[in-house]
Amino acid sequence: MLDNATTWWTFFKISINERLIYRADFMLGTLMRFLPTLTQIFLWWAIYDVISTPGGTGTSAGPDGEIAGYKYGDMVAYYLMVIISRAFSSMPGLTRGIANQIRNGEVKKFLIQPVDMQGCLLMQRIAHKLVYYLIATLPFALVFYMCGDFFIDGWPSADVLVVFFASLVFSFLLGFYLESCIGLIGFWFLEVTSLTFIYMLMNFLLSGHMFPLDLLPGAIRSIVDFLPFKYLAYFPAAVFLGKVEGAEMYYGLAVEIAWVFFFIVLSRVLWWRGIKRYAGFGG
Amino acid sequence: MSFRMNFVLQCFSSMSWAAMNWGLFKIIYRHTGEIGRGTGWHEDEFFIFLGTIWIINSLIQTFFMANAEEFSELIRTGNLDFALLKPIDTQFLISFPRINWAQVPNGLLGVALIIYSMINLHMDPNKDLYFAWFSIPAYLFFIGCGAIVMYSVMICLASTSIWFGRNQNLYNFWFYITNFYRYPMEIYQRGGNIGMALWCTFTFVIPILVVSNIPARILAQPLGTPWQSWEWQLAGFAIIASAWSLWASRWVFRKALLSYRSASS
Repeated sequence: MLDNATTWWTFFKISINERLIYRADFMLGTLMRFLPTLTQIFLWWAIYDVISTPGGTGTSAGPDGEIAGYKYGDMVAYYLMVIISRAFSSMPGLTRGIANQIRNGEVKKFLIQPVDMQGCLLMQRIAHKLVYYLIATLPFALVFYMCGDFFIDGWPSADVLVVFFASLVFSFLLGFYLESCIGLIGFWFLEVTSLTFIYMLMNFLLSGHMFPLDLLPGAIRSIVDFLPFKYLAYFPAAVFLGKVEGAEMYYGLAVEIAWVFFFIVLSRVLWWRGIKRYAGFGG
Repeated sequence: MSFRMNFVLQCFSSMSWAAMNWGLFKIIYRHTGEIGRGTGWHEDEFFIFLGTIWIINSLIQTFFMANAEEFSELIRTGNLDFALLKPIDTQFLISFPRINWAQVPNGLLGVALIIYSMINLHMDPNKDLYFAWFSIPAYLFFIGCGAIVMYSVMICLASTSIWFGRNQNLYNFWFYITNFYRYPMEIYQRGGNIGMALWCTFTFVIPILVVSNIPARILAQPLGTPWQSWEWQLAGFAIIASAWSLWASRWVFRKALLSYRSASS
């Protein structure tokens, strides 16, 4: 057990160092991430400007009027919060990494060494994410400070914050295991690039990254609510902004945790079935 | 055509991206009649704008995107040497060798969306859409100008890989910059100081806003006909801007080539 822990700790340290090489690039990249939000701010302004009452009670936070329960400030705040959710749940390169390892035979090393592939990848991801938060805090703080006015309702209460943080942590795990599963499909199809791309697109829409899911027409909304994607972006943001409250909020968190377990089990099953039919191409 | 499945999936994904975009604005127009008060970007007019964006995007992605990525790779591997040795203009050589057919359906979808919206506008008794024989050639001409501007931006971005050794973020940069040209320029003009700064930057410095707005205005005529005088001025500017950006891209490209130091071997 102790041996195991040191192994994981070593993996963790290596990944941290690996990640610290490109600091400046990282910070720049983080700021760039907010550029699309900038256009969203203007786009939604133009939209809310039309539906607001002429000469009405537009505040410093923008014009009045509501779309699906979102005031102008809420809408912008939502896009900002989604960036935070995505900072936890997005797993750039994970799917492709796993699929590539399967295709070029690198996955063999996990069959020989007494190290679990997913555990190893998970350690890497945690390290990468921690470094990311460390470096990204500064640009994030800057942007959120400048955009403070958009958060009309101010800080949520303590219990909401707790659920918010929990939902972020689980969205990290959900993102990790969900994308692992897609990567592990590589055991069956050698080329998963297009599949990854389609997943990315679906995720963009269904997770609420593109726009708040509350905007969707009722029938589609109820289908999307059944899917795991909304916990990757929409749910934490909605919790923070008070769009999901009380019992519904705790219920949502429970469902999110259930999805995490579902994908943990699924990824184990895929892994065991996958290595059974694995042929070990490459050198 | 050797990876048929991949081709189909690529077409499918780029078309579903378009469909998602369309869906978003379909939803937005359930709540509002116009984007930007008094701008005239009602639903049908805006979908002409959106279709125009798809056409320009599809042109860029069909003809230039893969080549720009290839260019980045040539620099990293040092294979650009061979391109430089050939007795033909290097910028021309690296710009056009490959065509990515999978991005064509997207453009066709744009054409379909425009035709559909134009018919809608014609049926609308409240709208007086002016459509003359020269609308189509003028539209195509300004689409061409647009493609030239976007091509120039991409060449400039790709040239930076000579200085950075490798530009892995080419696609990201591209996405972030083009993000600004996907909406009518009015949304920036009315957005206070920051909005005006953005509008000026993307109209006069990196003229990507005119490339989408001018052709779209030719067909959609959000402010009715005849055009306002500033629309004419902007159209004239678009022509100058595309010539200027093509020249600028050549300048950046040559400047970058001077710093090229080959690699490996």
